[in-house]
Amino acid sequence: MTGPLHHPGEDLLLEYASGAMAEPLALLVATHLTLCPACRAEADRLEALGGAMLQDIGAEPVSSGLLDRVLDCLDDAGPDAEAAVARETRPVATGAPFLVPAPLHPYLGDGFGKLPWRTMMGLKEVELLKDRPGFTTRLMRITPGAVMPRHTHEGAEMTLVLSGGFTDRGNHFVRGDVAIAGPSDDHQPVADSDGECVCLAVTSAPLRLTGPIGRYLNPFIRI
Amino acid sequence: MGGVQAIERQGFASGGVAGGAILSSNGGVTRENPTLSEAYDLQTLMASIAVDRDREAFAALFAVLAPRIKAYLRRLGAGDEAAEDLVQDVMLTVWRRAVQFDPAKASASTWIFTIARNRRIDVLRKERRPEIDPDDPALVIDAPPAADDVLEAADMGERLHTAMKDLPEGQLSLLKLAYFEDLSHSQIAERMDLPLGTVKSRLRLATARLKSVLESIA
Repeated sequence: MTGPLHHPGEDLLLEYASGAMAEPLALLVATHLTLCPACRAEADRLEALGGAMLQDIGAEPVSSGLLDRVLDCLDDAGPDAEAAVARETRPVATGAPFLVPAPLHPYLGDGFGKLPWRTMMGLKEVELLKDRPGFTTRLMRITPGAVMPRHTHEGAEMTLVLSGGFTDRGNHFVRGDVAIAGPSDDHQPVADSDGECVCLAVTSAPLRLTGPIGRYLNPFIRI
Repeated sequence: MGGVQAIERQGFASGGVAGGAILSSNGGVTRENPTLSEAYDLQTLMASIAVDRDREAFAALFAVLAPRIKAYLRRLGAGDEAAEDLVQDVMLTVWRRAVQFDPAKASASTWIFTIARNRRIDVLRKERRPEIDPDDPALVIDAPPAADDVLEAADMGERLHTAMKDLPEGQLSLLKLAYFEDLSHSQIAERMDLPLGTVKSRLRLATARLKSVLESIA
């Protein structure tokens, strides 16, 4: 089986597939799905379930003129117009020293290197999706071999490795792996020494102890 | 309703090749529940829309799915007018992207479910919906399964649909909350006054049973 060993877990995949999930977590899950064929197949099955549920939902009549309104619009766009536009506007050059999964592209602005990185001890980080209450979303570049300060979280933290790797509490995480740390987990991740480790981390904000990530404390599930 | 009348007003003969199965058999447009063959009908309609740009097939698809998409959006909290605007948006998206529909990958109702889900997130929740890109060079791909193991998506849809009816009510009602009410697992627990662990285990039982149906042939 190709792909990562550490997965977000079925609860998260169901919330992603149903559409109930907030954007910061959905970004992390979609990025993991790009790198994990097993979870992608799982998400496909959960979407198929959504399709079956849609077939079974009690229909609600639409107003009589709606079909005509839609039919009148059909000539406005050719079959390929939208797809062509999407392809043209898709950013390609990310400027990153690794292959950036497509779900992250829209969040990189002018490119990976041009993001407003803040330098801290042992790492550089930049916050994405700043305006989302309940979540802190960060990209981190950890210096090779750096030992993160021992810490706990007021909320919970999900970390997806994009490049390089790190070790935490006896587990080794590499590209595609998701590490889940709960509010009470006292941990001290150590970056691999052979290169920079780049991660996407989504943390539920302070004061939300039972927040959106705390529910998924089911680390190291293997599918 | 008036799907058939609308088609006739547009100058189409009703009961044509692609739409006939749905429009002419047992009253089509006003039918409450789909028959077991509906997934195949929808797939035929999608093919006519993608290949022939068949407006009659589109109208037939609309007759079956628009009332369900509306019900889906209403359950998710959209007002009547907003729901209909979004139904229009979703159906136009279906028309424009029809060539991208791949019957080997998803059934028509699954494909349209994902469009409705994502358009609702874009338009009503005003958030971006992060999605994988099938052409992404970063996509990690597993070895494809042997051809014999591949279950047609429409078959999968039928099996799921049948298996869903056999789920215990306690599991099915939670699935509906998960898919149609925009509720996280912990919100479902609050709403139903159930322990979070019970919600999670029931949902896992339900999805495990449904997935076993999908995998039984492989």
